[in-house]
Amino acid sequence: MVEQREQHAPVLETVAGTKRFVGTLALDDVSFQLRPGEVHALVGENGAGKSTLIKVLTGVYQLDGGELRHRGEPVSFGRPVDAQRAGISTIYQEVNLIPLRSIAANVFLGREPTRFGLVDRARMHREAAELLREYGIHSDVRQPLGSLGVGAQQMVALARAVHTNETTMSGEGAGAAQVVIMDEPTSSLEPREVETLFEVIERLHRKGIAILYVSHRLDELYRICDRVTVLRDGRLVHTGDLADLRRIELVSMMLGRDVSDIRRHGSTTFGDTDHAVVEEGRSEPVLQAQNLVSTPKVRDVSIDIHPGEVVGLAGLLGAGRSETARAILGALPLDSGTVVLGGRKLPSGNVGAATRAGISMLAEDRKLDGIVPHLSIRENIVLASLPRLSRFGVVSRTRQDEVVKTFMERLRIKASSPDQKVVELSGGNQQKVLLARWLCTQPKVLLLDEPTRGIDIGAKAEVQALIDELASDGLGVLLVSSELDELVDGSDRVVVLRDGEVAGELSGDEVTRDAILDAIAGDQQEASA
Amino acid sequence: MTDLTLRGRSLDKGAVSRWLQDYGVFAAVAALLVFNILFTDNFLSAANFRTQLVQAAPICIVALGMALVIGTEGVDLSVGSVMALSAALVPLYLGYGVVPAILAALVAGLAVGLLNGVLVAYIGIQPIVATLALLVGGRGLALVIAHGQLVDIRDPDMLTLGSGEILGIPIMVVVAAVLSLLIWLLVGRTTFGRRLVAIGDNRTASTLAGLPVRRVLVGVYVICGVLAAAAGVLATARLGAGDPANTGLLMELSAITAVVVGGTPLSGGKVRILGTIFGALLMQLLRATLIKNDLPDSTAQMVQAAVIILAVYVARERGTR
Repeated sequence: MVEQREQHAPVLETVAGTKRFVGTLALDDVSFQLRPGEVHALVGENGAGKSTLIKVLTGVYQLDGGELRHRGEPVSFGRPVDAQRAGISTIYQEVNLIPLRSIAANVFLGREPTRFGLVDRARMHREAAELLREYGIHSDVRQPLGSLGVGAQQMVALARAVHTNETTMSGEGAGAAQVVIMDEPTSSLEPREVETLFEVIERLHRKGIAILYVSHRLDELYRICDRVTVLRDGRLVHTGDLADLRRIELVSMMLGRDVSDIRRHGSTTFGDTDHAVVEEGRSEPVLQAQNLVSTPKVRDVSIDIHPGEVVGLAGLLGAGRSETARAILGALPLDSGTVVLGGRKLPSGNVGAATRAGISMLAEDRKLDGIVPHLSIRENIVLASLPRLSRFGVVSRTRQDEVVKTFMERLRIKASSPDQKVVELSGGNQQKVLLARWLCTQPKVLLLDEPTRGIDIGAKAEVQALIDELASDGLGVLLVSSELDELVDGSDRVVVLRDGEVAGELSGDEVTRDAILDAIAGDQQEASA
Repeated sequence: MTDLTLRGRSLDKGAVSRWLQDYGVFAAVAALLVFNILFTDNFLSAANFRTQLVQAAPICIVALGMALVIGTEGVDLSVGSVMALSAALVPLYLGYGVVPAILAALVAGLAVGLLNGVLVAYIGIQPIVATLALLVGGRGLALVIAHGQLVDIRDPDMLTLGSGEILGIPIMVVVAAVLSLLIWLLVGRTTFGRRLVAIGDNRTASTLAGLPVRRVLVGVYVICGVLAAAAGVLATARLGAGDPANTGLLMELSAITAVVVGGTPLSGGKVRILGTIFGALLMQLLRATLIKNDLPDSTAQMVQAAVIILAVYVARERGTR
């Protein structure tokens, strides 16, 4: 009897868990259960409470009310290390490792193999290399972690988390169910790496390790998850088997909207019509990037953007999409080539000049290159437009407040006030603040690098609708995205990059999923032939 | 029941550390004042208060510039040596009049700041290393200029600057107050100030937003240098002699302490001017309290160290939230 109950007992659960922050209830009476050996999907919009729940489960936050139980016993994880000792490993969306230390050192950080009290480097390098091979990483483990791409770094983080988990497990006796929490692990992975990840998940699953999987990609959830929990506004809306749930039902629960409403609008919120009303040759392009070269990633890229046009930039990870956007902005110095905006040539490598001339870029890494975390929403929005809102260098508070109010309403930024620190906002709202910052500069061209990455479906829909609206207002948009649907639905024209060069250009009816894939794949065959 | 007490405790801890960080320096100054009024003989007198304020003025002025530099996630170790340069230059140019002498000192501060700023912003040297060079070199240069001599000042106008009064308030205190107000406006109200804080909080994001990051950084070091030079002029006027060997000695540490105690984090992204002013007052009062109660200056320095650690601890509490 007792044994049986213990087997079915959740490995990790919250009972009526409540977590409060100043002004908001982040978790409201949430009773969540993670069963041993299951792959459990955790979904919800930004601000739904997913991150908070994960942080409670991993000891970063402590519950204000309710109880946290580990294998049926009430526990209190005062610090993340307490949760780790209980066999709960986490990999976060952003890689939390040390870029300057070697790959091997990162894998074994805090648990270095020692001999005579000194770190046994030979053993550490050997074991790290063996371990990482299973994750498809064959690089020299003595290199600094920072030399790897983001996707590969994430794989290292995963390897580290799982390895920690496995060693703890063998130390504590077999059969003890363990937990791995993955917070949007695939957001920066290439398709090939995603497959490797799924293999790893499958292996963990067979070992009886419970996995909590957070992702906005429904395909992935349906492919690997057994059960699902839906959070909305800090409350648990649904928990149950995933196979029983239709996608549209899942999405409607996340958004709290009618199924029929979502059907009408489709999976992306881009409109049907193409923006580029102007015929080829009739209008002057607002931006002409000609034969850009910025070694090593950008080798020969030319892109024209007309006013009111959304140009998609497709390609595999590492094809030079972000670097092209950065080169246009001047954040990467050009070796050769020119950027002409509205007929005027821009100086190379001068972001200030580009911004003043009317180019703005929404950077891929929101946390690192976007937000100024401890400043308020107001200051983040006006950051790039201060001279326009000032007289003789003195900032006008009235004009500033006006602009901020307008954009917060227009972009529906959810916050307690314009004075709230940006770091306290959810990912989707942070992204909207950044969009507001760039719109505030009244740009002619907006470079959007993965504008919907890592934000929830609701905010994603809003951002996509906004891109549409901006293009309709005559803005030229460069849309860098790894999501084919987003490119196909959102772009009037798609430029496909491969190894830093333009591999193809599609426009009008040619812009389809298959055509983009062909453009990428065709070139790959060529390369391998 | 249990979760109620739990909630109470966690809220309290956060609230206490936040309150300490925001208002701790004011509370500490108030507490020291009360203590001294009750227990220190002859403390409660106008003359004594005037002395305390006058002595705090140079620290305060230097700390203002330091606060800006720290706000950009930097530090300026050369401020004490800039004061020494003032001490060397003022007597040298006093023959041409008070104004040229002061200008010469300020230009020297500007030059040092410019050099610091260029080393940090354009060459990319760590602030602590770049300014360390001038901490050593600046005082050396000052001693060379003054031939290592202490030079008496007889110019009555210059002496008035150190001991005169405007409407009963010492000139030095008035100068410190005016500069404080200007810097406060600079940080809160101007493009420059808002950019400075943004750069301190996230430099890459600021660069990508098209902010003139390098120019702002140079500007910050120049302001810090000029303020330090001004403090050097006042200290020299107060002393009645140019003493490049001792003027501004260890001032960089007092200034950094005042800034940190005042709640400006060393990690940048925030500048607290009022806190910095009270930080300077706290440092001065702390020393005065100990000395007036017959404890040696060396003990005062150890207490100062304890205060720094406490302040950084309180700031850390908040940073991890």
